[in-house]
Amino acid sequence: MSTKAPDAERQIWMLSQMLRIREFENRVKQTFTEHPGAIRGHTHLADGAEASIVGSLAHFRPGDAALATYRCHGYPLVLGSDPKSLMAEIYGRADGICKGLGGSMHLTDVKRGFLGTSGIVGAGIPHAAGAAWAAQIRKKQEIVLSFFGDGASKQGAFHETLNIASLWKLPVVFVMENNGYNVVTTSAQEDANAAAGRPLAVKAQSYEMPGVTVDGTDPLAVAKVVGEAIERARAGGGPTLVESKVYRLSAHGNIIAPPGVPLHYPEHEAITVFGRREEYEAALRGDPVPRFRGLLVQNGTLTSAKADALAGQIAEEMAAAVSFAIKSPFPKNESALEYNYA
Amino acid sequence: MANLPFIAAVDEGIHQEMKRDPRVLYFGQNMATTENHAFVAAYGHDRVRVTPISETAEIGIAIGAAMAGMRPVVELYMAEFMLVAMDQVVNEANRFRYMSGGQVKVPLVLKAGFGFTAGWAGQHTGSLTSLFMGVPGLKVVVPSTAADAKGLMATAIRDDNPVVFLHHYLLTLEHGEVPDGEHLVPFGKAVIRRAGGDVTIVATGWMVHRALAAAETLASQGISAEVIDPRTLAPLDLETIFSSVEKTHHVVLVDQGTRHASVSAIIASEIAEHRFSSLKAPIIQVTARDTTIPYSEPLEAYVIPDEQRISSAVTQLLKR
Repeated sequence: MSTKAPDAERQIWMLSQMLRIREFENRVKQTFTEHPGAIRGHTHLADGAEASIVGSLAHFRPGDAALATYRCHGYPLVLGSDPKSLMAEIYGRADGICKGLGGSMHLTDVKRGFLGTSGIVGAGIPHAAGAAWAAQIRKKQEIVLSFFGDGASKQGAFHETLNIASLWKLPVVFVMENNGYNVVTTSAQEDANAAAGRPLAVKAQSYEMPGVTVDGTDPLAVAKVVGEAIERARAGGGPTLVESKVYRLSAHGNIIAPPGVPLHYPEHEAITVFGRREEYEAALRGDPVPRFRGLLVQNGTLTSAKADALAGQIAEEMAAAVSFAIKSPFPKNESALEYNYA
Repeated sequence: MANLPFIAAVDEGIHQEMKRDPRVLYFGQNMATTENHAFVAAYGHDRVRVTPISETAEIGIAIGAAMAGMRPVVELYMAEFMLVAMDQVVNEANRFRYMSGGQVKVPLVLKAGFGFTAGWAGQHTGSLTSLFMGVPGLKVVVPSTAADAKGLMATAIRDDNPVVFLHHYLLTLEHGEVPDGEHLVPFGKAVIRRAGGDVTIVATGWMVHRALAAAETLASQGISAEVIDPRTLAPLDLETIFSSVEKTHHVVLVDQGTRHASVSAIIASEIAEHRFSSLKAPIIQVTARDTTIPYSEPLEAYVIPDEQRISSAVTQLLKR
């Protein structure tokens, strides 16, 4: 049951999943200009967090479960959901994975272990612990990954759940993607640990569980740290808090506007709110996707021609997702009333 | 049949389901702290656990366990404690099946007492039923007898949806005949507690018993009151209420909750919209007065509907 370091083939898989998330979300972003009005409400992109998402899911096995937040496009892509059904969901269409009832914030693919996504910050953390309790009872060494942001660690749900998860030794790994901003509030403005210059992973100490901070822009580092936490959870050793440090390369979400106002992504809050263009540009220069590609090409894991071919295939895959989704019909009105009760 | 106190009947319902289905879990604060606890002894700590005072996590954990195939029952003790975790109750548990396009089920039971008007003052006495009954995706159960307490609990556990099971604290030790063995009471089926032809009285929980006492007094005055106990507020059996209204043409609605946006207001609006032509007089609602529940005993009694207020409402209604 050891957690192996990803071999060359697995590393290429990791790069390809990072590229798929980036390309999928580029197409989401482009939709605002290519098909104005096709996406309603609020979308949230994971660009900058691809390495963290893919690294965290590198040791995921059938029977495991993952739960996440409204920033949820990346996980099901990696777990094998069809990008056509995900894009159709984001467009509110009948072929959407949730039949157009959930949208961008609530992607779910139960068959692939992606159990649910809450749009309320922190609210999904206890759900992950509950799924982990079910796994503990089943005794099949299954684990649960709980993804959330740094902002959620100020919610009661986070603290209540980490306490119980540790007490009950639940097989869950809490992956906090710390992108430094809760919408337009910096961590140091809202977090006592951050204000004291300490990593947010120290919160784990209050709950008698390991707390590890990892560079979330390095997929191999994340795979190692989360892999160890998963191994510990499978062995009955209980939960771990992993603080994965990433930089969100887009704004928190598309602009919030009443109908009639075309939606788009504004510039990152580091620039628009704090005037820190240099911070943002430094993050762009450290973009984990080209960096990992560069690493694999440089160390000979794959040739740049093969990397280009991979990117080309993925561009086609995601273009097809857009064409499929935009042609998919809207759901029938009656379906609005179908799923309130089982 | 066994003569059991209401609260023992609730436990019987939980035992009945835990025995037949290993997926049923039971947990909450201040329970299961020793090996002698009846549920721990019977089902073990895998399925029966004590939690810290963390309602958000307790209910959230129930949701996650339910999505992962279990059937949790959360012991919340008091309905007010759900307010601490209201997001989990009315904006998480009930949303996941819908938002996932029917991919998940969230079968869980939130067991909570309510209406403890016995000197518990402002924060432990609410009749909060109407906060839950209009929420899509939730079911709301309010038993008034020991037999129903067992049967509705068992049905709640078998239901594939989140169920708020509200048992009235003043009924806790009321005894009643409870069927032995497997007992299930269907949701969405009101029961006529007393048949009558002059007026329809609808009441839930503890108020059912006050309505029955009023009906007895009215009978001695030659007034025949029909008392209907909906038993579940979501789903709500309007057909039984409508049929009674067609027969009696007069309606008194009794509600321990405050008047505005109450359960009685909802039932009144449905009768007014769908059976207006059957009514010979305006509907009367006998509800708690619009206030926080006071501590002082005579004030508490003044605020809550009693037998006298119910029977006066009926005589006033029939005099018109």
